[in-house]
Amino acid sequence: MKAVVVGAGPAGIRAVEQLVRAGVTPIWIDEAPDGGGRITQRPPAGFSRGASALYGADSGRARRLHATLDALKPRTDWRPDTLVWNIRPEDRVLHTLTNGAAQDEVQYDALILCTGAMDRVLPLPGWTLPGVTSLGGAQVALKSQGVGVGANPVLIGTGPLLWLTALQYAKAGAKPAAVLDTTDLLTKARFGAGMLWNLPTLLRGMGLYAQLKLRGVKLYEDITPLAIEGVNGVTAVHWRDAAWKEHVTPCDAVAMGWGLKPEAQLADLAGVPFDYDGTQQNWVPRKDAAGRSPVAGVYLAGDGAGIGGVDVAELGGARAALALLADAHLPSDMALTHHLDGRLRTERRFRAALEQAFPYPARLAARMDDSTSVCRCEVITAGELRRAAAADAPEMNRAKAFSRVGMGRCQGRLCGTPAAAVLARELQVEVPEVGRLRGQPPVKPVPLQQVD
Amino acid sequence: MTATRLVDQDRPALIFRVDGVEVPAKQGDTLLTAMLTAGLGHVRTSEFGDGGRAGFCWMGACQDCWVVVAGQGVRRACTTLVEPGIEVIRR
Amino acid sequence: MVQADVLIVGGGGAGCSAALHLAQRGVRVVLLERGLVGGQATGVNYGGVRQQGRDPAGLPLARKSREIWSRITELTGADVEFDPCGHLKLARSEADEAELLRWNALAEEYGLRPRMIGRNAIRERHPYFSDVVVAGSLMEEDGSANPRLLAPALARAARAAGAEIREHHAVTSLAHDGRQFEVVAKETRFTAPWLLNCAGFWGGEIAARFGEPVPIEKLHPNMLVTEPLPYFLRESLGVVGGDLYLRQIPRGNVIFGGGRGESDAGITRTRPRPDAAFGAMRRAIAVIPRLADAMVIRSWTGTDGELPDHFPVLGPSATTPGLLHAFGFCGEGFQTGPGVGAVLSDLVMDGATDVPLGAFDIGRFTAAQIAV
Ligand SMILES: Cc1cc2nc3c(=O)[nH]c(=O)nc-3n(C[C@H](O)[C@H](O)[C@H](O)COP(=O)(O)OP(=O)(O)OC[C@H]3O[C@@H](n4cnc5c(N)ncnc54)[C@H](O)[C@@H]3O)c2cc1C
Ligand SMILES: Cc1cc2nc3c(=O)[nH]c(=O)nc-3n(C[C@H](O)[C@H](O)[C@H](O)COP(=O)(O)OP(=O)(O)OC[C@H]3O[C@@H](n4cnc5c(N)ncnc54)[C@H](O)[C@@H]3O)c2cc1C
Ligand code: FES
Repeated sequence: MKAVVVGAGPAGIRAVEQLVRAGVTPIWIDEAPDGGGRITQRPPAGFSRGASALYGADSGRARRLHATLDALKPRTDWRPDTLVWNIRPEDRVLHTLTNGAAQDEVQYDALILCTGAMDRVLPLPGWTLPGVTSLGGAQVALKSQGVGVGANPVLIGTGPLLWLTALQYAKAGAKPAAVLDTTDLLTKARFGAGMLWNLPTLLRGMGLYAQLKLRGVKLYEDITPLAIEGVNGVTAVHWRDAAWKEHVTPCDAVAMGWGLKPEAQLADLAGVPFDYDGTQQNWVPRKDAAGRSPVAGVYLAGDGAGIGGVDVAELGGARAALALLADAHLPSDMALTHHLDGRLRTERRFRAALEQAFPYPARLAARMDDSTSVCRCEVITAGELRRAAAADAPEMNRAKAFSRVGMGRCQGRLCGTPAAAVLARELQVEVPEVGRLRGQPPVKPVPLQQVD
Repeated sequence: MTATRLVDQDRPALIFRVDGVEVPAKQGDTLLTAMLTAGLGHVRTSEFGDGGRAGFCWMGACQDCWVVVAGQGVRRACTTLVEPGIEVIRR
Repeated sequence: MVQADVLIVGGGGAGCSAALHLAQRGVRVVLLERGLVGGQATGVNYGGVRQQGRDPAGLPLARKSREIWSRITELTGADVEFDPCGHLKLARSEADEAELLRWNALAEEYGLRPRMIGRNAIRERHPYFSDVVVAGSLMEEDGSANPRLLAPALARAARAAGAEIREHHAVTSLAHDGRQFEVVAKETRFTAPWLLNCAGFWGGEIAARFGEPVPIEKLHPNMLVTEPLPYFLRESLGVVGGDLYLRQIPRGNVIFGGGRGESDAGITRTRPRPDAAFGAMRRAIAVIPRLADAMVIRSWTGTDGELPDHFPVLGPSATTPGLLHAFGFCGEGFQTGPGVGAVLSDLVMDGATDVPLGAFDIGRFTAAQIAV
């Protein structure tokens, strides 16, 4: 039984834990040098902050996950610094690149993809300026490098990560210039009630908000971002408040993020079909409640299988491994399986409420100015994308063929969501009707030069 | 852009080079951190005329931070750790 | 039921060009395309508009097409990024060089003007080539175009000229009652006295339905593209032996190919193959060492049809009056697409064409079968 797990974040760690428990020795691959994933990302050697400074309220979780990760590494075929860049599902082969240079092939009988997520963005005039980062990026900078993307950043977007990152910056000694949330309080309150399923997490979110207020950080709801100003760097953000009044907030950096989208390129290459999840406004790879994809031997867990947050990642990782074991007729823990199924059901309801409380502002994306670069790799403007629509592009891949949106280095990771909103409005259809950019190998660039 | 060193900066100092010029850094910095905290402003130039870029995602997803490291080829600044004496070339 | 003069199955370069040329002559044309026009080979190929290196039997067709390429903007009313940047075919050995000289002599008989570039001149003009390159043959009027734009542009122009282009219309049944064809697509019946089989690789299935199977195979050229690099290379490159072709677009990306990708049995999905990619990458660096520093950002393949003698099937059916075949372009049909449409239009309207089609006759396979 050759099992391979891609990803050593919360989902991957819990998946490997169950495989090892059942006597399976998986090949375990992560692009990062030390594993840990995003929420519990570890700084490189030489940093000295303890877990509570790094992970705050998640420090207990981080300690547990890291201890498990480190204990599991020697009991698996652990391959850090290794990118999986292609899958050939017919032959069940993965193609990997280690240390950015060494190519290899990895055979599998069963594969669990735990590839996580990245920020969802809203392109704005000026968003390609140095000093504009993703919200997650701003958090990673602080967590794994101890630096702020600026000393007085503006944080724009929506979702719990917005408040969390702002508070982390404030605690680290930066002075966030403002926290600009595109969601109105009413929406948050309405769906917040649905989050009572997970009272501790709800309270944590409210706690973040309260702490930011206490620290005097300026928080605005229901705002409309207009533009990022600067030359070779950021000097201010232009935005409009709920009362339609325009503001200019001076700052030295901007971090932007509107929730997350799955890093599901490998699932795509594996041939897993995708469905549009209207609640989270993302295309997600298809799987059953246990994490089985419709492609035999391919299992999905964590945020890469649809945004669920860290609890769902841990639960789903373990659950997918149990499904793999059951399918392979290997001993699996039935009691644990039932327990996980129950917890996952509860968490899903919580998550649905959370997503609705912090929606992606597709309407803003759809209306972005013709001159705004929607694709930052190829520098393709919304106007060019609209011209593609006018030239008869009924869906995203045709729009890509005509306009080059999504043809750059990032393979549409960033522009995919906003471009779909632009195209859908132009064609006067619903967002899911324009489809999604098909994945193509390599999922991240690989060098031409081969190292033997 | 200039990134700001906020916490956990008590690490050994080192020197590397960017476009032939000596740049100070700290052990454990990524190339992106080192270049942006040193005030270099950007790590690459957009091929399509809209100026400098300084990465975006800091986690290996956006691919907007590629630089050349002499002897190693093209590398992502946000996922490559600085080493004493290495030569970085901005494109 | 929809009545037309000419039904076309397949909206690649061949089918869309035929629709345009026929519509321009006032014919009621309906083109039926399973997906989107240009969604298969025509939309994903390397983009080489190349006569260089073709078998002499294919040169008259390529010449005719090249003439259309020179007025493709006026013909389609769109910029399909056609650039006569030259096609430079490289020799990597003395034997290769002899091969180039041999072809150049043949091509001159067909009115082409390839130019031999010797060792010193090629080094001087292309300082980025390695010593592997010993000579080259330049066809100055060859070039490239953007494959993603050609078929949609032809289809748009055809529509404007009165053709009916129906996308998402997979043809599921075909019949001939002795006088008319009846074709069903998307639960609609279409009839016409003429049927043009422009279905690419799938043209083989259609020919078989009319009792003339051909030994067609899938062809999946393996393609790669780099990140944008400083612009240094104007010509589109090929090599003797064909295991590498490479060009740089003015935006900077280097597009190259060599070797083959793969697909599943039903061709629901085609995939580039890493082993083919690595081979092309090695060969590209061997010719242009500076590419060693570049990154590949995307790879893909597509599906063309290939026949054993490397000629397409182009011309009248041997079994069914009114049926014209135009498929199986063996990895070379992007260049010929516009010309093929003109030839088909001539055959329908004039009963003849000025392009010799003997080598492309479908009868060559039935004859071979009889001989066996
Ligand atoms: C930047 C960022 C910051 C976040 N911060 C928080 C937070 O503070 N609090 C919170 O509750 N939630 C946070 N989240 C949400 C968080 O993603 C989830 O809660 C949780 O980490 C998901 O776990 P996971 O195992 O699914 O994915 P991740 O933790 O993202 O782990 C995925 C792993 O897969 C690896 N990987 C991905 N693709 C490949 C590949 N092709 N080849 C090899 N390896 C690969 C990655 O290197 C990574 O280690 C954050 C998300 C992001 C993107
Ligand atoms: C990767 C690649 C690189 C290439 N590079 C070059 C190059 O550089 N230069 C060059 O000259 N040539 C090149 N070629 C070859 C060239 O692309 C093809 O020969 C040419 O495009 C074929 O055109 P076509 O119209 O015959 O077929 P296609 O473009 O494949 O069109 C056929 C159409 O028929 C449709 N169809 C099939 N069956 C049905 C049905 N039952 N009902 C309705 N519709 C149907 C298909 O959906 C398809 O759209 C390359 C090919 C590939 C794949
Ligand atoms: S900053 Fe996004 S990949 Fe490095």
